[in-house]
Amino acid sequence: MANEVVDHGRRRFLTATTAVVGGVGVVAAAVPFIKSWEPSARAKSAGAPVTVDISKIESGQKVTYPWRGLPVFVVNRTQVQLDTLPSQDSRLVDAKSDQGSAEQQPKYAQNEARSIKPEWLVLVGLCTHLGCVPDFVPVMKPEPFDPDWKGGFYCPCHKSRYDMAGRVYAGVPAPKNLLVPPYHFIDDTHIQIGVDPKEAG
Amino acid sequence: MTMTKRQSTMKKAIYSFALAVGLLVGVTSTASAEEGQLASAGTNIRDQASLQRGAKLFFNYCVGCHSLKYVRYSRMAEDLGLTEDEVMKNLNFTGAKFGDPVISHMPEDLAQQYFGKAPPDLSLEVRTKEQGADWVFGYLNSFYLDPSRPVGWNNTVFPNASMPNPLWELQGLQTAVKKEGSDDVEKLELSQPGKLTPAQYQQATRDLTAFLEYASEPAALQRQHYGIWVLLFLAGFTFLAYLLKKEYWKDVH
Amino acid sequence: MANVFTRIGDWVNERAPGLMPAYRKHMTEYYAPKNFNLWYYFGSLALLVLVNQIVTGIFLTMNYKTSAAEAFNSVEYIMRDVEWGWLIRYMHSTGASLFFVVVFLHMFRGLMYGSYQKPRELVWLLGMLIFLALMAEAFMGYVLPWGNMSFWGAKVIISLFGTIPVIGGSLVEWIMGDYLPADATLNRFFALHVIALPIVLLLLVVLHLAALHEVGSNNPDGVDVKHGPKGNRWDPKAPLDGIPFHPYYTVKDLAGVGFFLIIAAFIIFFAPTFGGWFLEHDNFLPANNLVTPTHIKPSWYFTPFYAILRMIPSFFGTAFWGVLGMFGAIALLFLLPWIDAGKVRSIRYRGTGFKVALMSFAGSFIGLALVGAGVVGEKLVEWVPSDATFWENTFGRVMTFIYFAYFVFLWFYTRLGWEKTKPVPERVVYDHD
Repeated sequence: MANEVVDHGRRRFLTATTAVVGGVGVVAAAVPFIKSWEPSARAKSAGAPVTVDISKIESGQKVTYPWRGLPVFVVNRTQVQLDTLPSQDSRLVDAKSDQGSAEQQPKYAQNEARSIKPEWLVLVGLCTHLGCVPDFVPVMKPEPFDPDWKGGFYCPCHKSRYDMAGRVYAGVPAPKNLLVPPYHFIDDTHIQIGVDPKEAG
Repeated sequence: MTMTKRQSTMKKAIYSFALAVGLLVGVTSTASAEEGQLASAGTNIRDQASLQRGAKLFFNYCVGCHSLKYVRYSRMAEDLGLTEDEVMKNLNFTGAKFGDPVISHMPEDLAQQYFGKAPPDLSLEVRTKEQGADWVFGYLNSFYLDPSRPVGWNNTVFPNASMPNPLWELQGLQTAVKKEGSDDVEKLELSQPGKLTPAQYQQATRDLTAFLEYASEPAALQRQHYGIWVLLFLAGFTFLAYLLKKEYWKDVH
Repeated sequence: MANVFTRIGDWVNERAPGLMPAYRKHMTEYYAPKNFNLWYYFGSLALLVLVNQIVTGIFLTMNYKTSAAEAFNSVEYIMRDVEWGWLIRYMHSTGASLFFVVVFLHMFRGLMYGSYQKPRELVWLLGMLIFLALMAEAFMGYVLPWGNMSFWGAKVIISLFGTIPVIGGSLVEWIMGDYLPADATLNRFFALHVIALPIVLLLLVVLHLAALHEVGSNNPDGVDVKHGPKGNRWDPKAPLDGIPFHPYYTVKDLAGVGFFLIIAAFIIFFAPTFGGWFLEHDNFLPANNLVTPTHIKPSWYFTPFYAILRMIPSFFGTAFWGVLGMFGAIALLFLLPWIDAGKVRSIRYRGTGFKVALMSFAGSFIGLALVGAGVVGEKLVEWVPSDATFWENTFGRVMTFIYFAYFVFLWFYTRLGWEKTKPVPERVVYDHD
């Protein structure tokens, strides 16, 4: 009976081939399960772009709108606030938003005021440290957390501070400037959050 | 000698399996054939043009009363090969957002008042019927005038349905020819032609049925698409596993 | 690279010295008879389906909503809005039906080859417990989509307990937690379906396999390889006709798995409702407590038992007999090792009476399934429109009689010396060369 010779080469080859093909199958079968965790059609629909009317926002005022369930700050900045921005550059981590914060805004908002129109600041109101919602503290007066406060955002969780363009101050836990979402002006009084301007797209 | 015996066991196994499958298929097909008299709808949900025409009919004639609450405009656009603009301009008359589901503009209490009960949501209509698309197709072709009914219409496929023929402009008016000395409907006659010829009307209702068939299971498009590749892959894998088994079993005497 | 694996292996072995011996005991040194045939694939396939049900089930719970108001919507949400949700759902619903296909065939194998006979009674009992748990699991899972069949299926099945004398009425309310299947019922069924019963099932499966490996596998000849000649090419003390489970049966089962997956994939991708047998049309309508579906019947895998329930008429003013018959039909299977006192295991060497009886039994099971599914009734309406119910009942009762008669026959047949067996070979039949 024992006159057969086991072809070890063939056996190894078949074992390896079957294992590889089976492995490919298992990985392929895992893809639908992994993908099922992506935002569903309902979540995407709820996260659709939001159009907001900004005509009622007075100079110096901030209004929060939900977009994808996130708080989006829309601030109508005063000329004084805008004029103060360059004076803060030396105290900031990334004043030009071109280093660590290069990805924190679309290209069309990568400027001193971090906005399309200088007065209109649009930000996702989540601290870049651990995601708390920072307070809007616009008045330029000495504050307990900063005797030289020139207005901006202050996170109550871990005391991170941002200026009136959402740029982070040095020496606080937050590493990056506040995120500017994609947005564009439909007309002078309406912006749509979640969609880039046509010319940028 | 060894081979023949093994082959015969193998053959037996394959035959008994084929028999089992045959029996199962037989049972399922007789089950669906039994209900019987309905003509085949002849729908093809892979025919995008047909689905598009069906959608147009649905949004012009049906959505006034019936919702498709599980179907989103956005998903429908993707599956039917339509752009957002086309859907929002030509099909969405309710002011719904692109990502919203298709909800009829008829308030439920008003519908209750008109028809006695709210018109059903049609998202799953084809799937709820044992004869599926054939039933819907048959239904759309079987309206006739019946003054004895509150809405003035009746239907041979779904007798005493409280629904008028929404497509009567297209089909024209049908009346029933009764059997001698009986109230049973023998056949339907076109007493007043509509905008479409009977053949055109059949095609239109076929398109509409296809659209509803798609709406009841949008995933059907995907599963048929991927299914082929899955089967091919599995066939290859099984063949390899079979070779591997044969190789190892050379040890067994 | 290989060196790293060896070192990890050594590290584990040093800390868990029992692991490798356990692996060898159950895989490489578990000597299974070499003559397994087609019928021996279904055990490993059942295990595969169990894994499929658990994995897909876990992912379904991520989007399913346990509430009477939201359950139906959430299933359609899975089918349409969740990426690939349809595939996960169809894998689960098809898996449920294929589970029973595989388990029924696995059980029939046991009947044919006497796998329940001494010394494998415990294996059989644990298997029957798995079957019971599986039926409970399937029933509760069927309720979860909260379609109209879910609702009425739940109502009818729970009402069975209402026929139990004295406590029936209050028992039904206790099970439902309401006066009809409602939110409370759905919630408790969900809890049982997704956690309690799966734990029980897994435990029973482990015990079933452990019990099997204690006594060793039976085979189509019913010959105990353990008691046969010793010494094979792997071990001089192991049975001559045994081969290591790994790699020989692992590669064989792998090919079986591939073949099975082709069938499963065909159903999942091309016929997920399987013509209304795996997913019923009426269950695409939301639960409606005012309208019973016209063709109400249980899922196909319950139809044989449901038919017994329907075929036994109520007398002495109670419908309890039907319920008793239905549960009795399952209970008798539990007792099979003690009913059958046959000296020979495999159908290959048993008397003609046994062969005829087993085939009749299998036939009656299929006949009852067709009655329960309403197929017989529908056909009879075509053939004998006026007396369809009479003939359906007659047929169903004959089938019920045959089902129970099998056990009675087997008792007498094996005890009164009626069985004329053929000589059992010393060794298993295989192409020796």
